[in-house]
Amino acid sequence: MSVIEVTNLTKYYGKSRGIVDVSFSEEEGEIFGFIGPNGAGKSTTIRLLLSLIHPTSGSAKVFGKDVVTHGTEIRRDIGYLPSEVFYYEGMKVIDLLKYSASFYECDCTKRLHELSDLMELELNRRISDLSYGNKKKVGIVQGLLHSPKLLFLDEPTAGLDPLMQRKFFDLIRQENARGVTVFFSSHILGEVQRLCTRVGIIREGKIVEISDIRALQQNNYKKVNVTADKLNPKTFDLPGVTNVQMENGTLHFFFKGDINMMLKKISSFQVADVTIEEPTLEEIFMHYYE
Amino acid sequence: MSANIYLHELRTRVRSVIIWSLSVAALIFFFSSIYSGFADQAVLINQMMSKFPPALLEAFGMNRMNLATVLGFYSLIFKFVQICLAIQAGNYGFGLVSVEENELTADFLLSKPVSRTQVLTSKLLAALTSLTITNAVVWAVSFGALAIFHGSYPYETGSLFLMLGSIVIFQLFFLSVGLVISLLVKRVRSVTPYSLGLGFGMYVLDAFSGMFGTSVLEDITPFKHMDPTYMIQNGSYDTPLVLLNASVTLIALVISYWLYIRRDIHAVS
Repeated sequence: MSVIEVTNLTKYYGKSRGIVDVSFSEEEGEIFGFIGPNGAGKSTTIRLLLSLIHPTSGSAKVFGKDVVTHGTEIRRDIGYLPSEVFYYEGMKVIDLLKYSASFYECDCTKRLHELSDLMELELNRRISDLSYGNKKKVGIVQGLLHSPKLLFLDEPTAGLDPLMQRKFFDLIRQENARGVTVFFSSHILGEVQRLCTRVGIIREGKIVEISDIRALQQNNYKKVNVTADKLNPKTFDLPGVTNVQMENGTLHFFFKGDINMMLKKISSFQVADVTIEEPTLEEIFMHYYE
Repeated sequence: MSANIYLHELRTRVRSVIIWSLSVAALIFFFSSIYSGFADQAVLINQMMSKFPPALLEAFGMNRMNLATVLGFYSLIFKFVQICLAIQAGNYGFGLVSVEENELTADFLLSKPVSRTQVLTSKLLAALTSLTITNAVVWAVSFGALAIFHGSYPYETGSLFLMLGSIVIFQLFFLSVGLVISLLVKRVRSVTPYSLGLGFGMYVLDAFSGMFGTSVLEDITPFKHMDPTYMIQNGSYDTPLVLLNASVTLIALVISYWLYIRRDIHAVS
């Protein structure tokens, strides 16, 4: 069953673009990575799904219900961690979390304390006294305390130290193992690569690619490094070869095409070293931006 | 209406309500306390006043006031009380949704399973409760202060009830008009300039209306709709104007709901 179903969703803020004609879907239990640079429309998409803003055209369904007409119902089972966290400055952490819990029917007290202990959150401090990273922790706890079925994480790791990041990822994996669907927006590809099963790449408001993360790496460019005598940047001037770089007698390039042809070509040299590897998501990603 | 939002809203406004209530109480109490000394020389005062340029008296709405009587004197105080109440109600109206949007806590609130209608209703009721607390303080202090300081001069409570009874309609006007303006402009960065502008603007419209001759403009201000001098002279409200006032409030509320339900909550920009 599709938990999120987005069809031709478009949002303009007056004349400026938010997102244009975005369509994708996310299945139950998936961790879907949503990547793109700042201003590409990641937050806009999430805000549309939460009905914080209203679509210019197109539609979106969450749990099979339209977000514009059934927003209230849908939000019962949603947890949201915004990219920038802002809470009522005068409140104590515990009061804010209790206020947050009061919106849900569950008795969330136990979960609230579990999560706070895990994130090492001091419950009696005032929100205004917290550092950015600590506010982010408050965000994580308030986003998870009602055991939502769908999680929206909008650049969640910013401000967390590496140790906390790891705890956070473990937490998300645990939630996911319980069957929670996760929509993970980020511009840090490493973390998307670690966590997600499928990714959508958004650029200037448009989806450029939606793909299985494995497929994206496999059916894509191979990163080839060849070290041999008599190499020059023109040596591998074949169709499908891009980004050729020569460095200390080693030739680096990306290749997309028949790998046998490439192997034959390489074997015609006296090769000292050769590696053919899958590019990191980072490299694929940069490719989409060129 | 959601009880948790209502209570949260009340809590955030506790300090403001206490400060406003104490200030207005102090204002009423202090001015009332000078009445008994004042009334003994009221004839002199009225003589002195008659020597002021009529335009000046008109500007302050004092041409029809009879400062010698208890309620005549109280109506002067009541004008100042109205200005305070207008600014307070305006503050709550302008800030009702704009404060959360400025401090970006609107994201937190509106990603919870509550509808926009529930949010706005809870907020409005909480603001109205806050205003009613101040209103109740005005009632109590007015009755108390007049009972203490009226001296040997009689006054009839009927007109006093009329004046005090008009407060709630008066507050609702500034609350709802403030709210609708805050939703119509793109962004309210700071609430105070708006509420001061609306409060004093409306007061000035009423105060100076006499000077410019009759104009349609003066009919839009609540200070005219709920003019204490009119109430004392006629022993009743100026019903058409009060109805006009209530209609403006109602229309402002309807438009506010319409706008708020469709409003885009913007992220940090």
